[in-house]
Amino acid sequence: MSDGAAADDVLRAPLVIEYPFRRTTGPVIGAFLTGLREQVLIGIRGADGRVIVPPVEYDPVTSEDLTELVEVGPAGEVTTWAWVTDPHPKHPLDRPFAWVLVRPDGADTAMLHALDAGSPEAVRTGMRVAPRWRAEREGAITDIECFVPEAGP
Amino acid sequence: MRDVAIIAFAQSEHRRRVDDRNEVEMLMPVVGEVLASAGMTMDDVGFTCSGSTDYLAGVAFSFVMTLDGVGPWPPIQESHVEMDGAWALYEAWVKLQLGDVDTALVYCYAKSSPGDLPMVMTRQLDPYSVAPLWPDAVSLAALQTRAAIDAGRVTVEAMAEVAARSRRDAMGNPKAQLAWDRPAADLLAEPETVAPLRRHDCPPISDGVAAVVLAAADAARGRASRPAWIRGIDHRVEPMALGLRDLTDSPSTRLAAERAGLHDGPVEVAEVHAPFTSQELILRAALGLDGDTVVNPSGGALAANPMMTAGLVRIGEVARRISDGEHRRGVAHATSGPCLQQNLVCVLEGDT
Repeated sequence: MSDGAAADDVLRAPLVIEYPFRRTTGPVIGAFLTGLREQVLIGIRGADGRVIVPPVEYDPVTSEDLTELVEVGPAGEVTTWAWVTDPHPKHPLDRPFAWVLVRPDGADTAMLHALDAGSPEAVRTGMRVAPRWRAEREGAITDIECFVPEAGP
Repeated sequence: MRDVAIIAFAQSEHRRRVDDRNEVEMLMPVVGEVLASAGMTMDDVGFTCSGSTDYLAGVAFSFVMTLDGVGPWPPIQESHVEMDGAWALYEAWVKLQLGDVDTALVYCYAKSSPGDLPMVMTRQLDPYSVAPLWPDAVSLAALQTRAAIDAGRVTVEAMAEVAARSRRDAMGNPKAQLAWDRPAADLLAEPETVAPLRRHDCPPISDGVAAVVLAAADAARGRASRPAWIRGIDHRVEPMALGLRDLTDSPSTRLAAERAGLHDGPVEVAEVHAPFTSQELILRAALGLDGDTVVNPSGGALAANPMMTAGLVRIGEVARRISDGEHRRGVAHATSGPCLQQNLVCVLEGDT
């Protein structure tokens, strides 16, 4: 299709697009984001009793409204991970790191974040991790700079 | 239920970068080919439905450009889904069930090459707790793969076999983008990219187009010598939050397959939309496919993965094999969203 020499003649111009939105976060997502600003992780109790984090407004199985906020973690356990050797400029860390799903203590589900672990040899499923909070927090998931391996006992 | 069949399928050659054509110019030859194959013109099309996304085109309501090319005048019955064309086909199938039209044109397309696709795809994620971290599509698939390895459902050896088989089969597919013949053992000697994934576990980034013509009952019999009848079609979705899902399984695929009547007969051929090798293994288990089923003879999404298109291609590839008489019954699967979040299953049969 485009394999001909004509491809060299194609005109090019930069195009930067944005889809900007402003949203009201409401009582559930808003509580989660406010909690992050206060260095607290907030989950929510689902219809079957399990604690879901990040909290969701509706039960994923029954769809009923959920309202019972529950403080969890903030330390927890890695449930799966992936090692990034070459971080993208938009990634949370500018050095090799692990993506992790972390199940905070007291929660029954896991949340995504980055883990600053130095090398893949230092990461394993089931390891204990804790958040490294930013000094300046604004009520966003990025108020957690990343997770780090939990200090030993 | 009204009998509805796929009577024609066409696709572009899928390429890493189609520089010298815009989406309309990429699409029109394929639409022309699929209509000609069905012996139709736009005047014969009762309903038109397309799948594409503004996030790749970089323009709001970008589908209007291609719709203008296809020809919406005099006014036509038309719809669009911001999803893979497989879901546009589903909408067209529903429309044909209503009974007021007998034929439908379904098309879909994407040019991923102008942007940074794995990062563009982060924009489909939860905007509060996930998207601000920019977890690219390969990283999320790597998390899923690790979970599946930990659960004993997937091995890197089996993943390499999927990669080797898919690219080898792609050598027989003139539309494929990535085709080669290397033994699986060699692949495992290569370094991990986003561990536990290696390069061969990942799909190519593709620019491409596909189109299908559907027809109901007698309209199908009159226009095709061997229509590929849609005997069952269903789609299901899992929760948006990755942590709420069992990433090592695909319960939505299993449910869709059950509702589509997959195991009401033998499954001779399957085209599953698995962009990553581990996902094929997860999907095979969820679909209950055994060694008697030929899986992804086209090379699958590992050979060409045009966004919004690779799912409809799976349906077209099965339909084509049934219409050719190569198989009598098969299944096509399409996926959308991160880590197989949404899944569609379509069971196709030829007349005996």
